[in-house]
This record gives sequence, structure tokens and C-alpha cells, in this order.
Amino acid sequence: MSGTPAGDALRLRDASIGYGDVAIVQGVDLTVAHGEAVAVLGSNGSGKTTLARGLLGLAAVLGGEVQVLGAPVGRLRERGRIGYVPQRHTVSGAVPATVREVVGVGRLARHGLLGRLRPADRAAVADAVTAVGLADRIGDPVASLSGGQQRRVLVARALAAEPELLVMDEPTAGVDAASQEALAAVLADVSTAGTTLVVVTHEIGPLSGVLSRAVVVDHGRIRYDGPLAGAQPTAGGHCHPDQPAGPAAGYRFDQPRVTIDVAAARNGGH
Amino acid sequence: MEILDYGFMQRALLASLMVGLVAPAVGVFLVQRRLSLLGDGLGHVALTGVAIGVLTSTAPVGTALVAAVLGAVLIELVRARGRTSGDVALAVLFYGGIAGGVVLLSLAPRGQATNLDAYLFGAITTTSAADVAVFAAITVVVLGVVWLLGQRLYAVSDDEEYARAVGLPVLALNVVLAVLVASTVVLSMRVVGLLLISALMIVPSAIAQLLARSFRQTVYLACGIGLVTSVAGTSASYYAGTPSGGTIVLLAIALFLVVTAAVAVREATARRRHQWQAEVHAAHPHEHGEGCGHPAVAHGDHVDYHHDGHLHAPHRTGAGVHYDEHGEHLASAPVAGKAGRP
Repeated sequence: MSGTPAGDALRLRDASIGYGDVAIVQGVDLTVAHGEAVAVLGSNGSGKTTLARGLLGLAAVLGGEVQVLGAPVGRLRERGRIGYVPQRHTVSGAVPATVREVVGVGRLARHGLLGRLRPADRAAVADAVTAVGLADRIGDPVASLSGGQQRRVLVARALAAEPELLVMDEPTAGVDAASQEALAAVLADVSTAGTTLVVVTHEIGPLSGVLSRAVVVDHGRIRYDGPLAGAQPTAGGHCHPDQPAGPAAGYRFDQPRVTIDVAAARNGGH
Repeated sequence: MEILDYGFMQRALLASLMVGLVAPAVGVFLVQRRLSLLGDGLGHVALTGVAIGVLTSTAPVGTALVAAVLGAVLIELVRARGRTSGDVALAVLFYGGIAGGVVLLSLAPRGQATNLDAYLFGAITTTSAADVAVFAAITVVVLGVVWLLGQRLYAVSDDEEYARAVGLPVLALNVVLAVLVASTVVLSMRVVGLLLISALMIVPSAIAQLLARSFRQTVYLACGIGLVTSVAGTSASYYAGTPSGGTIVLLAIALFLVVTAAVAVREATARRRHQWQAEVHAAHPHEHGEGCGHPAVAHGDHVDYHHDGHLHAPHRTGAGVHYDEHGEHLASAPVAGKAGRP
């Protein structure tokens, strides 16, 4: 992380993102400045994961423009500047691997095709593993860890890359409360250090203290973009567009360019 | 040793040594990717290459290498385009390969005796000095590439999506791995035969997986196991008069069964011991805790209690609390009055 670069971390203009020729996210405009901490909220099937995968080049940009760290996503050369925590509960490889080995993968992209990991990389791996509270397990096989701990290993892998942009897909799903708190503390540090955070989730939980802005996705379109507090229906920290309770199912329309169809938000969801 | 008196056996042992080392070094990545049968499929494709070599009177090793590498690249390109159609495409390519080989070999002119069995099941004693030289070159190249790219091949095999997101050249690495597999197939063709090649790639990895803690350990251990079973199997086949390929594979599978059983017994023993201790301590008359009268001893991430010369570790489960034996740790300083594990 070398200071905060000029320009925007993310710039989507009328972007459509999907798979094959099916657009799941349609006509999205979104600008995220360097160092912002954004929650992408929405129910299952809303398109929030597709939106995030579009930022990573894992889903196709079918129309409009998606710029990541100053370059069109397809032509971004230094992808090692991106950290990614996939929507996966466990590390699933068939062959045993230690925490150190899995997290070490986070450093590989920095060294081109042939470069080997150096002492500085090993130090970064150790730091990342310490940050997620697994320092005493660094030499253990990941399969011997609990599900929540394995999730933290995947977070450490992303942190080890010392990314400028960190994209996480449901990092708190299926993770116990203590691990969620630990994750929130780690993300607070990373955010303070200037990393741009994009966290896809349907459950903010303890991350509400870290993320300041919310983007609510529903039926492949952005229905709300503004302060996190405005997107939360209740104090509980959950965001369910299809939840009947709460004023206007929880979304305030305090952003002039955002419109929302309350009935669709209530009935759509899944 | 008598076995080393014969030139053909020297060459056979050299070939089996190289195959034993190389096949698992590549196979570990296939196991990690859950593509264990890729080697088998490329073996089928190599048969067409062998047949073309026989028909055109060129060295079958060279034509088999070309066919297997082309097949490997084709498979990766098909896989990259989509999985559903990929599965069927693989089947078509693989069976097309073996069918093409059989038909082409049948067209070979009389007098050019071609022994299909030798390619399908191996004929290690027919290894020529020229073959050994080609095998040595393949061995050096494959091991060199694995050494150079091993970490990236691991990354792509472990989590292809993550690798793609952070910009590792996923397609290129997959093609490299497939070409390594193809080269290994051709290298192993003489020793174990095209139908048994996959076993030599996969079974040593499967054994190593049961014993190793890290990926690196798995690779080294698999190569060691492959080397030993391959050379031992070839030697055994010489004395027993059995085909080398089948002998090596049976030996590896026997080792796999023994290690599987040993690991299962070890785990069962550990479980039983734990259960026995839990039963002993089920009758434990009191619950340890802050100020319970037994000295508390810090032990890793929790606190044990010193009780009649041994340490009790509270183990809370859904059914309540029982106490595990944690042995003697009296060297660590007692922490008076510290609460137990939450």
C-alpha cells in the first residue's frame, strides 16, 4: 500500500455484468474513491455477487464500462493490487496444505511468472496470519482448522497481498460471532491504512463499524447508494429487502439519483 | 546383484527410477485439481501417436509425445470454454484416441510386428539406450518445470478462481500442467503401460496425502514412494516373471491399503484413549474453576488444573464438561486463580 493514489478505485458507467450473454447486473453507475469502505447489500439472487465478480474479471462486462484501479477491468495489468476473499466457507483442496502455504499464494501474483517468494514475502504472510489471529496455527494443515478459522485463512491470503482494493464475498457467512468481531478489527486496520474495501454481504453484523457506505443491489440494479445507516432497516444490522417490517423495508431515498420501487423491493428479493 | 548383470535390466531399472520420481511429482497437482483421470485419458490419446509412429516407421516415443501434448492442450482449451461441454469433449477425445490407435495399428504392414500389449501394459525390458536418453531428457524437463512453477501450479490447482482474480496466468499454467502430464504419460508408457499410467501418478500421491501435513511434504513424500515402489516393483517383476507395470501398481496399491489401515488404527486408538479418559473423568467429583483448590497451569490456549500428579484440561461439549488428560506440564508456572477455557 503506497499511499492513496489519485483517481477512483472503481468507476462503473452504465455497466452490465453477467455470464455468457446473460446480463445479471444491468446499467449500473458506481464510483468508489480510494480508501472508501463500501458494503454491497442485497438478498440472495439480487446480483450483488455478480457485481463483485465483475470487478475481479470473473464475470464478463457485457456493456458500459468497468474501471478498476484506473484501468478497464479486462486490461488491468497489475492484478496483484487486488485482494479477494471468495464466497467459500472452507479451504477445499484435496491435498494437505499448511496455513502458511495457502496464505503464501496471496504473495505469488507480485512476482510474475517465475519469481519465487522471498523473506519479505514470508514476513508478510506471517503478519497476515497474525492479523487474523492464527499465528499459532501457521504450520498446521488447514484441514485441521474449524470452518471459521479456515475462512480467516482465506482472509489472510487476501491481506498478505497488501492489496489496494480488497473485495470480499460474504466474509461473515457461517462464521461464529468471535471470528466476526476479529474480522471487523482486521478490516478496520486495513481500512485505516488506506485500502479500498468492497464487502458483499446480506448481513452486516459487526462490520457496521468499519463500512461507511452502502450500495443496495436488487434485481441487478442499484436501489440505494449512500450512508450505511440509511440502508439498515433495523438496529439489528441485517438488510433484507424482502423483509416486510420497517419503514419502506428499510431503505431511505436520501440520494437524489436513486429511485426505488418499494413494492418490488418487498416482493422481489429472491 | 544378478539383476544388474543384464543391460536390459539396467535400462529397465533406470527407466522405472525416472518414472517413479516424475509421475507423482505431476500427479499431486492432478489430485489437488480433482482431475485424477487426466493421465488416463492422455494415455489413450498417446496410443494414436504410437500407431502413427509405427505406420510411418518413426520412433513411437516421439509421435506419442506429440499426440499427447496436442491432446493435453486441446483439453485445456476445451475446459477453459466451459465445463458442461468439456466433460463430453474429454470423453470423445479420449476414446477417439484409443480407438484411433487400435485401428491404425491394425493397418500396419505385415512383418512390422507391433505388440499392442507392450504399449497398453508396458514392456520395460524392451527399453533401448535411445529410449533411456529420451526419458532422461523428459525427466529433467518435467522436474525442472515443477521446481520452477510448483508454487503457481499449486495456486491454480488449489483455487482457480482466486488465481484468476489476482491475475495469475491461469490458462497458461493449466496448459503447462497438461503438457507435463502428457510428457509423463509418454515417459511411463514403456514402464507401466498406457492403461496403468494414471495409477503411478495418483496412488503415491494418495499415500503421501495420508501422512503429510503440507503440500510440499506431500510432493516430496509422493516422489519418494513412487521411486521406491517403481524400482521395487520392477525388480520383483524380474524375479517373479510378472509384467512390470501391473507389479508396480499392485505394490503401490498394497502400500496404500496398509497406510490407510495404519492411519485408521492410529485415529481409532486416539479416539478410544480420549473416550476412556472422558469416562474416567466422568466420575470426576468436582468441576475445576477459579479458586477450586487445584493449581491452574497455563497450557497453550487454555488452562489445565493440576490434580493428583497429572493435568486436567476441561473439555466442554454439548453434553457438558469432562476432563482430558494433558500429561505432565509442571515445568510451566502455575497461574493462580485463572479461569478455565471458556
